Amino acid sequence: MVKEIKSRKKLGDIIFENITLIFAFIIVGLVFYIAYEMFIDSSESRDRFGFGFIFSSDWNPVKEEFGALPFVFGTIVSSMLALLISLPISIGVAIFLSEIVHKSVRTPISFLIEILAAIPSIIYGFWGIFVFAPFMRNTVQPMLQSTFGFLPFFKGSMYGTGLLTASIILAIMITPIISAITRDVLKAIPVSQRDAAYALGATKWEAIKMALLNARSGILGGAVLGLGRAIGETMAVTMVIGNKAQIKASLFEPAYSMASVIANEFAEASGSLHISSLIEVGLILFGVTFIINSMARLLIYSVTRKA
Amino acid sequence: MLKLIFSIILSIALISCGEKKDVSVNKPGGQINGAGASFPYPIYSKWFNEYAKINKDAKINYQSIGSGGGIKQITEGTVDFGATDSPMSNEEIEKANTKNNNSIIHIPTVIGSVVMTYNVPGIDKNINLSPEAITGIYLGTIKKWNDPLITKENPGTVFPDKEIIVCYRTDGSGTTYVFTDYMGKVSEEWKTKVGVAKDVRFPVGQGGKGNEGVTGLVKQLEFSIGYVELIYALQNKLKYANIKNQEGQYIAPNLESLTKAAEQSLTEMPADMRQSITNAKGKDSYPISSYTYLLIFEKQKDAFKGKTLKEFMIWALGEGEKFAKDLGYAPLPPEVIGKALEKVNKISF
Repeated sequence: MVKEIKSRKKLGDIIFENITLIFAFIIVGLVFYIAYEMFIDSSESRDRFGFGFIFSSDWNPVKEEFGALPFVFGTIVSSMLALLISLPISIGVAIFLSEIVHKSVRTPISFLIEILAAIPSIIYGFWGIFVFAPFMRNTVQPMLQSTFGFLPFFKGSMYGTGLLTASIILAIMITPIISAITRDVLKAIPVSQRDAAYALGATKWEAIKMALLNARSGILGGAVLGLGRAIGETMAVTMVIGNKAQIKASLFEPAYSMASVIANEFAEASGSLHISSLIEVGLILFGVTFIINSMARLLIYSVTRKA
Repeated sequence: MLKLIFSIILSIALISCGEKKDVSVNKPGGQINGAGASFPYPIYSKWFNEYAKINKDAKINYQSIGSGGGIKQITEGTVDFGATDSPMSNEEIEKANTKNNNSIIHIPTVIGSVVMTYNVPGIDKNINLSPEAITGIYLGTIKKWNDPLITKENPGTVFPDKEIIVCYRTDGSGTTYVFTDYMGKVSEEWKTKVGVAKDVRFPVGQGGKGNEGVTGLVKQLEFSIGYVELIYALQNKLKYANIKNQEGQYIAPNLESLTKAAEQSLTEMPADMRQSITNAKGKDSYPISSYTYLLIFEKQKDAFKGKTLKEFMIWALGEGEKFAKDLGYAPLPPEVIGKALEKVNKISF
């Protein structure tokens, strides 16, 4: 009887397997095709500037001088900073939801957090420029400067917009993703483990610590997803980052990101070198995302192996 | 319950499918597509709407993707007409003409202006700015609001000893082109150091995305200055400067001073109508203004589309001009309308 079912399903299984295989290849092929297309279309800029493109900070469309360093800097610093701000908050939220609060409160709070993820990024952008930036300028930045003003990060004029404001907006945007994943990972840890910990006389904090330790690869995975969103975010960032191609130590200064410069300049770019340079910025963005994701994968791999 | 919801969704989906099909089947000739400048988008969409009431078959769709995009798409032949704030360059025209074996024409539609808007607490009147002051601020040589170059033009106004926060458009735009075109005309230093283009590298300041982005920056940053289209300053109740023109008069941007700038430049208008009217002569002319153009090929391949577009443009340059004022644009002077109609009449199909 069992055998019969197996053989009857065999043909369907083969077809199904192949269909899924095709789907998988479509995705892989698409990634390579995008990379290839960007590589070809950026040839004019690559021939002209070579590797110097990544290390030059000149960006002047009128004089046709192009260099991507300020954009690479802006993207990496803003998204890393966003992750740094968001990760502790997200883990805190997740612990609260999965370990501490009663179910009747958990569901509405989870729902509200997930709604945060559904807000379009342009709304975050306008909220950022009209509500959050004045708050930064009048409250947060003066406070930071008077407390930590000796550090180079908090020196200089306070505009309200700039690298720090962009990072905080990004942090708000990626918190729902990271906290939702962390919460699910924590919930997936068997209750028996927790019970065992309590049985051995562990306090609540010790039990949570154990759960976090076991969930670390999942939490890291969530962080990577959040970081990916932060790197690619365009609209919200460009509204508040200040859009000036420069590299300054102060987080109050305006900066620029790779996704923003493409969005801002592509539609009106006239010279072919300008367009080609913007495509090369896209290629670098692709590369940066690839490198960060692979590093995170390696990290997760090494962490899980030890566990 | 679930079943009920599902069936409601399904029926809505089916109904909307049915509707869509009707639209595409019934209309003759199909839709006319245009793309380009975002600056005249408010009036163009008003025009297409109003015109559709007169001519039921005129389904004109316009995407405001920016002047550069408009030029690219008409060159590629993917749209039926384009729109741009800064006229096409000679190379761009040649490329479009040879590629399509046709001849592209510029039809001016309305006049728009760029205003200097600012946010200085304590000053709630329109200040006077000279070209030297504006170029100084944007080159970074004038750093504070109480700089003599600013104060001497505004006797009786007390300026604070505060740093000027400079704001600019970061996305490539016709607005930036008009602004830098003016700056290049009044300052040799600007022309060589920064240049005239839709995207330039500003020596100082920070960028906002779009007119609304710059408006947002100026609105929330005290002691800031920025340049936007007139309508955005009006809608957001921002102050804007009177600017000193060639004859030394301080002129506020309004419909009269814009039309004046166009009238004063009439004698120098070339046959193809591509003309910059920044820094115009005449004592009543506002110096930072510009025509905005529709781009269309002289020989139309599709008779229905060609006929509709031609009739639409004749209507727009007549009846249509009446809508300009309410939307913050200045109508064209009658002489320019005459010349533009001559161009429109050359369109064949």
